[in-house]
Amino acid sequence: MGFYLIRRVLQSLMALIGISVVVFLLIQLVPGDPARAILGPKASLSAVAALRKAMGLDRSIAAQYWSFLTNALRLNFGFSTLQQSPVASLIWPRLGSTLLLTAYATVVSVVLAVPLAMLSALRRNRPLDHGIRLATMVTFAMPAFWLGLLLILLLSIKLTVFPPSGYGVGFFGHLYSLTLPALTLGLGLAPLIVRTLRGSIVETLGSEFVEAARARGFKEARVLRRYVLRNSLVASVTVVGVNVGYILSIVVVIENVFALPGLGSLLVTSVQNRDFPVVQGIALVLGAIVIIVNLFTDLGYSLLDPRIRLSGHR
Amino acid sequence: MASQIGSGMTSASLSELEGAGASSSENLLEIRQLTVGFPSRRGVVLAANHVNLSLSASRTLGLVGESGCGKSVTLRSVIDMIPKPGEVLEGEVLWHGRNLIGRSAREIRAVRGRQVTMIFQDPGASLNPVYSIGDQIAEVFRIKLGINNKESAERTTDLLKSVGIPSPEKRARDYPHQLSGGMRQRVMIAMAVAPGPELLLADEPTTAVDVTVQEQILSLLVDLQQSSRMAVILVSHDLAVIGQTCDEIAVMYAGYVVERGSRDDVINSPRHPYTQALLAAELVFEPGQRRSHLDTIGGQPPDLADLPPGCPFQPRCRYATTECAGVPMVIDRPPPEHGSACPFVEAPG
Amino acid sequence: MAIASPSAQPPSFVGLTAQSTYRIDRLRKRATAEHRFSTLAIWAGVFLVVIVPVVSLLGPVIGFGHPNQPNFSAILEAPSLAHPFGTDSIGRDVLARVFAATPLDYEVGLLTTLMAAIIGILLGGIAGYFGGWLDALIMRVVDVLIAFPFMIFVMAFVAVFGPGLTGIYVGLTTFGWAFFARVTRAEMLVIRERQYVLAAQTAGLRTSRILRVHALPNVLRPNFVIAMASVVWNILTLAALSYLGLGVQPPTAEWGSIVASGQTILITGQRWVSTLPGLVIVLVGVGFSLIGDGVADRFGYDFRLTV
Repeated sequence: MGFYLIRRVLQSLMALIGISVVVFLLIQLVPGDPARAILGPKASLSAVAALRKAMGLDRSIAAQYWSFLTNALRLNFGFSTLQQSPVASLIWPRLGSTLLLTAYATVVSVVLAVPLAMLSALRRNRPLDHGIRLATMVTFAMPAFWLGLLLILLLSIKLTVFPPSGYGVGFFGHLYSLTLPALTLGLGLAPLIVRTLRGSIVETLGSEFVEAARARGFKEARVLRRYVLRNSLVASVTVVGVNVGYILSIVVVIENVFALPGLGSLLVTSVQNRDFPVVQGIALVLGAIVIIVNLFTDLGYSLLDPRIRLSGHR
Repeated sequence: MASQIGSGMTSASLSELEGAGASSSENLLEIRQLTVGFPSRRGVVLAANHVNLSLSASRTLGLVGESGCGKSVTLRSVIDMIPKPGEVLEGEVLWHGRNLIGRSAREIRAVRGRQVTMIFQDPGASLNPVYSIGDQIAEVFRIKLGINNKESAERTTDLLKSVGIPSPEKRARDYPHQLSGGMRQRVMIAMAVAPGPELLLADEPTTAVDVTVQEQILSLLVDLQQSSRMAVILVSHDLAVIGQTCDEIAVMYAGYVVERGSRDDVINSPRHPYTQALLAAELVFEPGQRRSHLDTIGGQPPDLADLPPGCPFQPRCRYATTECAGVPMVIDRPPPEHGSACPFVEAPG
Repeated sequence: MAIASPSAQPPSFVGLTAQSTYRIDRLRKRATAEHRFSTLAIWAGVFLVVIVPVVSLLGPVIGFGHPNQPNFSAILEAPSLAHPFGTDSIGRDVLARVFAATPLDYEVGLLTTLMAAIIGILLGGIAGYFGGWLDALIMRVVDVLIAFPFMIFVMAFVAVFGPGLTGIYVGLTTFGWAFFARVTRAEMLVIRERQYVLAAQTAGLRTSRILRVHALPNVLRPNFVIAMASVVWNILTLAALSYLGLGVQPPTAEWGSIVASGQTILITGQRWVSTLPGLVIVLVGVGFSLIGDGVADRFGYDFRLTV
């Protein structure tokens, strides 16, 4: 188990480095001169040269990458060209709300998906199952921003239950304001979970130990809970873990729909203004979050499935 | 022939009650005219066909036959565990005189796992992989007997000891995948006897384990049976296993019971051609040796969707005549007498 | 005198328990039903996918108003016969704009998928066939890409290339190939194994022919399923980016940007600008999903990205 842990952490580190390389290389892709791109065609040559020096663009690529990496490890992501303040100082305050929304949305999606997956599996190939599968397909094809607007229309404008935008005050204020966004995200993510979880539950339902549990005369609810669901947990954790990148992507869009003070809105303005340091910083931070979450879900398996815990593999 | 089947170890299972016919009011379990059907594209197939069996306390009944003969389905119908889409089409299962067929789920659950328990073929696959074995055994105590946590844990350790698992306190925390096949089977047996059942249903418990383990399991079952008044129905395709442990034997073929009687009667003087063929296929038998008799009885196993009229054994029976097409497939003598469904053939010698 | 009245032909499932026999029958019944169902799904999907561009192309012919021509005398009209999707805040017919956006969305969705597929199949094939460090390297890159939040990835490219479609094209392609590569590599490993077996059994030349006949469909089919999901994903991403103002620039019509243009007037009750174009996105998305799922069901694949 210890060996597994070490190996896994090393893998994560390599992935982090991989991301840093990709993010770093992005700025190299800018056609022409990034400094020129930032300052515009009317800026003087000396101003551009000065900016190049300030951005360190006159050094070799390897040197640039090295300083990029070492800075990133110290959580120094450079300076925002737009706002003239350290990128890190722009990111940290907003990180909290993004993470809160992500967590909230994950909970909502799981709460929605698990009963649906269970129903779908238990009534396999009957009308209810087909209905659920159709519904998930349609929901998945809905653009998140559109779904968000529909929910605003329904629950904010027609029925004034939730605020259409904003973040609220205080922890519960946050949760209240985040409910619509979380619901939008949850509806978008739930189809993925239902799909995988349903398959896993169907498989488990056919297992002999489920039959043996019924033979012991346990109530169906107990069998479903302790024998079926519990064994399908690994599958659902996997799905969530694998889709963290997807979740974060939609979070970024949703934050703009609902005018939330998170990384998403910052990202959009930065992209519009071609503020590369900020874009890089956000990409690094969110990419790192994905890797860390994946690491934790992998380690989480060992808590859920004793077969993994004790031998390091299935 | 019979002395070559089975070693002497199971003489203990030959109860003094053998042959002393118990009247139907004393019967623990009575299966009457049980008929189970499965839908198929070629019509409804009868996996169990008017099966009649009975069993009293402390007795062991062996159901023997080849794959697909209906022994498993019959066993499972006792506790309403017939796999879908199968259904009981006719008949009754009388437990202490009360018919269990058609009862509500709650009523069945009172019997299932409490008065009647079941063990399965593959012990590894029958245990929940994510909970420790101690947890799972204690669960039986807690849920089926309503015992509190502390006492359940104590009883679990005692129980593990009684089924022959060393250092039970430590072992209780192990997970199923950490145990050997034989130990897992013991755990499954432990879970089955934990609620103190009156009847244990054993569905091919020795098929998936190797031969040395098979001996241990059978002797464990016998021991457990002796210390309680537990009755056992043992299903197997292996006549040697049945012969070793059972007081009474019922032979099944194509969904029918074709012969029924005490162990000695059936094995020493088989009255049905199928039983005779089975025994002939066993020949000289060493304890620990298993033979598949599918290839030593000529012909193909029966296709339940396409049975000939009358007796299903006709295609493979050396005595078959045109009259066999009119055989009603009813056991000619009532229990506890030695009955056969073949009206024409008598026991050799 | 023995009678032979054997069954005419022993079925293939002779010898199994009653349970297995009937599970097989049930499965067979279900298989035919599913077969019909999946074929229906595929045709329904094709219908949806084709009907939208067809109607979009016919629309202007019938004379629906110009997608980009403001008409200040017809601002914010509710849906009617003359304007089935109503008009927007500068009087443009919304349905005409939706029609005009169709070729754009389809083009981006299909082209990026095609390019990503070509790159992915190539790299995945190389990885699977040659193995070794090349395989490890390519797969590492694939793993990192797949885990990464795709929207941020594409947005970064938009930042690099400036607003407009270039960044989106490059970004979607650079991200999308990973999925094709992964699937192709998996198939390639299977094929490689079979190749050794085949080589042992047949002469050298016939092996390559067998490969072409059996291997190619095995590679193309799962990639097709992925491609359908990829088209949906790419269109949704384009719509989202245009909604955010990072994709097409006004006055170009794109489904997402049309929805964006209607957001501020939602609260005043003019809902048609934002809500109706979204339906078109859903229709197209469901269409491609149905095709992908139908094919996946038909050939027994399990790994869909859509549901």
